[in-house]
Order: sequence, then C-alpha cells, then structure tokens
Amino acid sequence: MIISVASGKGGTGKTTIATSLALLLSEERSQKIQFLDCDVEEPNAYIFLKPQIKKSQPVNILVPKVDKRKCNFCGECAKVCVYNAIVVLKREVLVFPELCHGCGGCSLLCPEDAITEAERKMGVIEEGQAGPIRFIQGRLNIGEPMATPLIRAIKRKINPDGVTIIDVPPGTSCPVIEAVHRSDFCILVTEPTPFGLNDLNLAVETMRKLKIDCGVVINRANIGDDRVKEYCHRESIQIMAEIPYDRNVAVLYSSGIPTLIEGEKYRKILRQLWRSIEKGIE
Amino acid sequence: MKQLTVISGKGGTGKTVISASFAALAQKKVMADCDVDAADLYLLLHPAIKEIHEFKGGTKAILNEEVCTDCGKCLEVCRFDAIREDEKHNSEKEIQTTIDPISCEGCGVCALICPVEAIQMQENLSGEWYVSGTKYGPMVHAKLGIAEENSGKLVTVVRQNARLIAENNNLDLVIVDGPPGIGCPVIASITGVNLVMAVTEPTISAISDLERVLALVRHFKIEPVVLINKYDINSENTEKITNFCEKENIEIVGKIPFDNTFTQAMVEGKTVMEYNDSDLVERIKDIWERISTRIGK
Repeated sequence: MIISVASGKGGTGKTTIATSLALLLSEERSQKIQFLDCDVEEPNAYIFLKPQIKKSQPVNILVPKVDKRKCNFCGECAKVCVYNAIVVLKREVLVFPELCHGCGGCSLLCPEDAITEAERKMGVIEEGQAGPIRFIQGRLNIGEPMATPLIRAIKRKINPDGVTIIDVPPGTSCPVIEAVHRSDFCILVTEPTPFGLNDLNLAVETMRKLKIDCGVVINRANIGDDRVKEYCHRESIQIMAEIPYDRNVAVLYSSGIPTLIEGEKYRKILRQLWRSIEKGIE
Repeated sequence: MKQLTVISGKGGTGKTVISASFAALAQKKVMADCDVDAADLYLLLHPAIKEIHEFKGGTKAILNEEVCTDCGKCLEVCRFDAIREDEKHNSEKEIQTTIDPISCEGCGVCALICPVEAIQMQENLSGEWYVSGTKYGPMVHAKLGIAEENSGKLVTVVRQNARLIAENNNLDLVIVDGPPGIGCPVIASITGVNLVMAVTEPTISAISDLERVLALVRHFKIEPVVLINKYDINSENTEKITNFCEKENIEIVGKIPFDNTFTQAMVEGKTVMEYNDSDLVERIKDIWERISTRIGK
C-alpha cells in the first residue's frame, strides 16, 4: 500500500504528518513501514525520524559523449534532441549536460555511431533504518535542475509488502507528479487560509487528473477562515483530520521533535486519520 | 534595470506575503510571480488581467492503437517508464501497448524508432501567462496547467516579459516572487538577478533548506541576503542562523516576529502594509530600505 503526503502549498505540515503517521503505525500497528522522502530538493524528514543511514549510492543520468574521430558533424543528434542539450557546429559538437534529460535518443540514432553515454552524478539516494522504519531519501546536487530522475530512482526501491509513506515536495509540477504517481491514496495537507485553499484546489485537481483518491488534513485548523471546509464539502472531499494551531507544537517542531506523537490528544487524531485512509482505500 | 528575487528553500516561510509588502513599498517596478505551479501573489495584489497568452511547454507521445503492432521497440528505448505492455484477454491481440502521458517526458525517441509510425508527438498546451495591472503597478503571472511540466520554461517566459514591460515603461526594478526548493523553476527564477533575498524561519527544517538554497544562489554567483521570519519562535535557532550568516558573510536584512496580522491580512486579501497600526509596517519598511540600498536603487 502506497500512501503519499502532498500539499500544493509549502510549509503546511506535510513532513510533520508523514513522519508522525509513520512513527504511529510502526509503534501501534506493528506494520512494516517504509518511508520515502521524495522532497529531494529540500529533504527534511530525516530531522524528525533520525535514521541511521547505512547505505549511500549515487544516482546518475546518462549524458552523451561524442567521439570526435567518428563524428562527421551531420547534425542528426541535435535534430533528435528536443531539450537543446546538444548543438552541432561546423567542426564541433557542444553538449550541455544540465539540459540533458538522458533519453538516449542521440546515441541511439547517430548514423555514425559516434555517441556513447557517460554517467553524470546528479544526486544520491541514502538508505537506512529509523527504528523499525525502513528509511530512504534522495538529495539532489546543488545546481542540478531536474529532480524527477532522482525521485524515479527512489521509487524503484519500493517494496510492495507493508505500507509505504511518501513525503512529496510542494507544488503541483513534475517532481510532485513523479512522487505521487501510482500511489493508492494521497493525503493533502492544507491550512485554512486563502493561500492554503488556492493551492489545495490545484493539488485536488492534480490528484483527479492522476486518478488518485485523496482526503484532506487541515492543519492549524483554528487560524484563518472556513473557506477550505466549504470547498471540501462542495467538492465532496473528505476532511480526515483537523489539527489545531498550538504554539507549543510549533516550538517543538522548530527543534526537530516529531510533536504529533508526543501526546495522546494528537495520537487520537492520527489514529482516526489512518482509519479514514483504510476506509478510503477499500 | 535591477532585479530582486525572493525565495526560501522551504515553503511556507512567508515569501509571498513579504513580496506583496515590497510591491506596496517599491516605486517604479514590475511584479513577477514565478511560483507558477502554486501561484498565490494574485490573492493579495488582485491583478486585473489585460493580456492572456498560451504557454506550450513541450510534447507528449500519442499512440495510434490501430496502427501499432505491439512489437515492443518503443518499450525498449523509453527511459522514463512511460510505455507499458499489458496482457490482454478476450481479444485478438495478446498484448496491448499503452503510453502513460503522465510519465512521458516528450523526448520523442519512441516516435522516431517506431517501424510503423504509430506514435505521433503532440504539442501540449501546458499553461497560460498573463500581463495584468494592480494598484501597485504592472504584474506578470502565470498558471501552469494541472499535472503539467516545464515550470522552469514558464518561469523564464514570465521573467522575460516582466523585464520587457519594465524597459518599455521606464521602470527600473523587477521583483520576482520565486518558488520553494532548489530545482529548475528556482534556478530559472534567480539566474542573472542582482540580489536574492531568502526568507527563512528558526526551525531546523528551514535552516537545513536555507543552507542548500544559499549554496545554490552562490553557485550561480549571485549575492544573497537573509530575512528571518517568526524569529521569536525559537531564539536558539535564530542565533544559529545569525552565526551561520555571519560566518558566510551574508547580510541579515531584518527579523520579523510571529504575528497573526499576516494570517489576518491574507484572509482579507490585503498586504500587511495596509494595516497601519501594526508594528510590522515599520519593520518591513526598514527591511525594504536596506534592500533598496543594497541593489543601488
């Protein structure tokens, strides 16, 4: 079972919900839990789960390498490349590795067999254990534009047994799509403000397009206004949990403490959230 | 003409609310909302749209099932796990090839190698961008289509047009509200600007993200400054940020306390600068003074 936790708007409490739920399930349900931090641009779940990283492996994408002795500068590769990552001049071929998506088209279609592919490191995957939780995270190299190949590599590690919880990056574009794709259910975390509502709406539309069932968690439920609730009722989206704003929780969070499993009050909310998800998947 | 980009690494630190306050303070500027996949600035600045433009971000592979012979060549070459062969029952065909448009990166290799030309690359309308007027001056913003890609390219279009409007109207500043993270839309939001302001908060998560985003800004040889929002949530962490910035020789342009006025203003669809009795007004004015001195405006 793959459950992703997404939000549209950043800073609504995605990582808090994802890590707390993972901890609760591993403690109370003795389920096999895997936690995947797919927010590879800014991974933060490790702060709360404090895993012991046991294995670190580079993630590479394949970029073209042109053999100048074989190349006759015909320009076919540049024509094939839709990302403008390869440019052919009169007596020279320029490759722009940061623009390359690693599709392999140029090397496959070069009539002179002059292009091979070389690995270029774009990030790392780190694996370890946080108590009983299997923990996997990705870290995108600084200056690297594309997060999706790294997210794809993390998701190839999913073990279909047990429960997989995915911490998704904010927004609604490619990295989010890659992270939530093929989930069984998606928790959308929001806050009751106009920004929260606007971005929730985009996130809901995204999940609908991907045909992923979703439900909403309203964080800091006592700030702002009622428009998020009204929206959920209108769109028949289940509000699975409401978590009130509490300055103490915010202070604990700021120090990296997984606040929601500290007190019985929040554990109750998390248990109810999990029951809603199980029902949602049935 | 000068350009300032407001980013944060971590989302939800107050980027957009601060950008909107700058919109109220800065003279002769164009606003550019470059957080194109979760654009919120319009909720505070209420732009009146003057021009709507289509954005075509790329292509997708479309398979003609009637022509397809299920030979599997496309499956072999696709690097994006976008092509699947499923077993088919109760049919003449034993297998059925399908292309998942969500996973397709539009590279077009499948279409090029298909021996029976069953795959076409189709241009994809992946968003819109707008030129608008607000009570604080012109604004360029965009909306990325649902589940679409190429947000970096859309950011570039928004920035190009904001610059163009500035040049044509004798305005000397573009203020860019950037996206969270460090990936392609962020890179597209900061390249070539005069100053980047990173908005952070004293939480371990935000500090971790700040370090990465500052490294990114420096990677592109741009000057960063830092603003600490909600600084009173954790004084120990605020000190950590201060020490870190001192060591890295990065100016902290200001500190803002946790304040409900931000939420209240957002709910009312206003900028914080419209709350005259709030202490925030003077603080943000002071921050803006430092920023404008810094970019030599």
